[in-house]
Amino acid sequence: MTAPPGEMMVDSVAAPAVVQTEGRSLWRSGWIRLRRDKPAMISGIFLILLALIAIFAPVIVSLLGHPPNEPHYDLLDPNTAAPRGRFGGMSWDYLLGVEPVNGRDIFSRTVYGARVSLLVALLATATAVIIGTVLGMLAGYLGGLWDTIIARLMDLLLSVPSVLFAIAIVAVIPNKAFGLSGSGLRIAVLVFVIGIFAWPYIGRIVRGQVLSLREREFIEASRSLGAGTFTVMFRELLPNVAAPVLVYSTLLIPTNILNEAALSYLGVGVRPPTASWGDSLAVSSHGWYSIEPIFMLAPGLAIFATVLAFNLLGDGLRDAFDPRGGGR
Amino acid sequence: MARFILGRLIGGIVILWLVSVLAFVLFFVIPKALGNNPAVLFAGRSPDPATIAGVTKKLGLDRSYVDQYWNFLRGVFAGRHFDSGSDRSWCPAPCLGYSFRNDQPVWSQIVDALPVTASLSFGAAVLFLVVGVSTGVFSAVRRGGLFDRIAAAVSLAGVSLPVYFTGLLLLLLVSYKWHIIDNVHYVNFTHNPALWAWNLIPAWLVLSLLYTANYQRLTRASMIETLGEDYVRTARAKGLRERTVIGKHALRPALTPIVTIFGLDLGVLFGGAILTEHTFGFRGLGAISIDAVNTQDLPVTMGVTLFAAFFIILANVLVDVTYAIIDPRVRPS
Repeated sequence: MTAPPGEMMVDSVAAPAVVQTEGRSLWRSGWIRLRRDKPAMISGIFLILLALIAIFAPVIVSLLGHPPNEPHYDLLDPNTAAPRGRFGGMSWDYLLGVEPVNGRDIFSRTVYGARVSLLVALLATATAVIIGTVLGMLAGYLGGLWDTIIARLMDLLLSVPSVLFAIAIVAVIPNKAFGLSGSGLRIAVLVFVIGIFAWPYIGRIVRGQVLSLREREFIEASRSLGAGTFTVMFRELLPNVAAPVLVYSTLLIPTNILNEAALSYLGVGVRPPTASWGDSLAVSSHGWYSIEPIFMLAPGLAIFATVLAFNLLGDGLRDAFDPRGGGR
Repeated sequence: MARFILGRLIGGIVILWLVSVLAFVLFFVIPKALGNNPAVLFAGRSPDPATIAGVTKKLGLDRSYVDQYWNFLRGVFAGRHFDSGSDRSWCPAPCLGYSFRNDQPVWSQIVDALPVTASLSFGAAVLFLVVGVSTGVFSAVRRGGLFDRIAAAVSLAGVSLPVYFTGLLLLLLVSYKWHIIDNVHYVNFTHNPALWAWNLIPAWLVLSLLYTANYQRLTRASMIETLGEDYVRTARAKGLRERTVIGKHALRPALTPIVTIFGLDLGVLFGGAILTEHTFGFRGLGAISIDAVNTQDLPVTMGVTLFAAFFIILANVLVDVTYAIIDPRVRPS
């Protein structure tokens, strides 16, 4: 279907210009608001530093620590298997002491733990955002049977205990699959499991936004110009749901960090000896933490600080870009 | 009303059926597709060929998927026979199979472990609903005050603290440093209710912290909304006492979204309970499921997963129905 040349011209000149200025001002005014939010800005800087620590973990560890999987039996008391000296054997050589039983450097393991934590959480969030945005837009825009099926699926995934399903999925995946094995496979499985239970959080928000957007004039205009479903979805709706998706995916990252750490803590996450914060907490349990709290404080505080920073940044982004939003 | 409840129940049954298909695919179809013989998974660590053949026959793994699924479903609702020639057994409903570790029916293991997880979840739910809603109301009424600001900071910390960290921290203080409760362990309610509660207190506190924070925020937001409504102003204008205005006119409608979210949160609460009981060393549903993964005892993992999913979905339907009875606005006219 082709529109008369006159209308075509008016539309192609006027409409995109309006959309662009609106788009720019939304992002810019949001950034101005965000810059005034001190806790959010400090959290953002902290997270950039953390990302750098994760990326340059090998360099940092070679300067300040020992390889994360290297045992140091000479630092342990042979009778109790606990580190010699106070505070878990803390010294200039071993900044946070060493683990009981095998004497691995706690500082190095905490630094390397940031890698697994951020990698899994970010990839799982990306998975959730892609699935959630596409299915959320489909449900909201197409409506009818599509909407019923997708909305019910989201309800189902949100209501079942994901931890138990995650344990079950890990139990049935063989040691080699999809051309992957070992730690790589476990990380892929973790990303899949966490992402598959997290996408409905994004899907619900996108669906709600699209439901209110689809009756607006610019969508109708686009449709009457002959735009197909996918054009409308990706060219018109997607830019308009980008801001809330950004906000809520930032708030989803901390949840995913907690989920990854939880599964590793339960022993179904990354495979030992790969360092992860959840695994370090598991090592500190069985009463070891009662001998030296540092075994648990190092990974525990790392999780707490990271999750808190993402929450503060996410809250700041929500206030800056989605002033109406709030609650969940 | 009756139609709404009936619709909800049918919806619940459809979802339960979907979950059973999902579980069947997860435990029988996916392993096979990935090149893992389900019989080997079900038989446990390094079985010999004869055992594998026996398990294949016993579980009917050589039949078609449709047959297998039908037997699986029949087992759950009506019980089934396990038959491998010499080894015949009747598994009464709800049949979730037998553990390959100790030959115990999975159902009886679940029944043994359920009170632990249920006690933990129930106590924590009472605690976080009472504390979360009351502090939320207080924050909303004195918005911007000292209490509100402290509550906001505490709840931000609360949602950022994992239960497996706060649990270890609390155990360290309560049990190892201050010796208030030595050797925290689960005591059966029927054995000694006082000891049951005493030993559960740290776990309840830890599990409820996260949710208290959430419900404090939710109640606050919801209350601020209803406090701005016209009918609240009318109630005040009539000269009603502030307590009546807040408790009756503002709080009751503010609770509606909280009940919905509570229903949705049950599954997450269950997950939190699993982590908490693992931290405290209680033998609940989570513990038997994790042990089953580590000892490669798939029937137990499957049984616990299915049971938990069924339980949560039923609870959700119940919440929806109760909700329709309490709040007439929910019912479609």
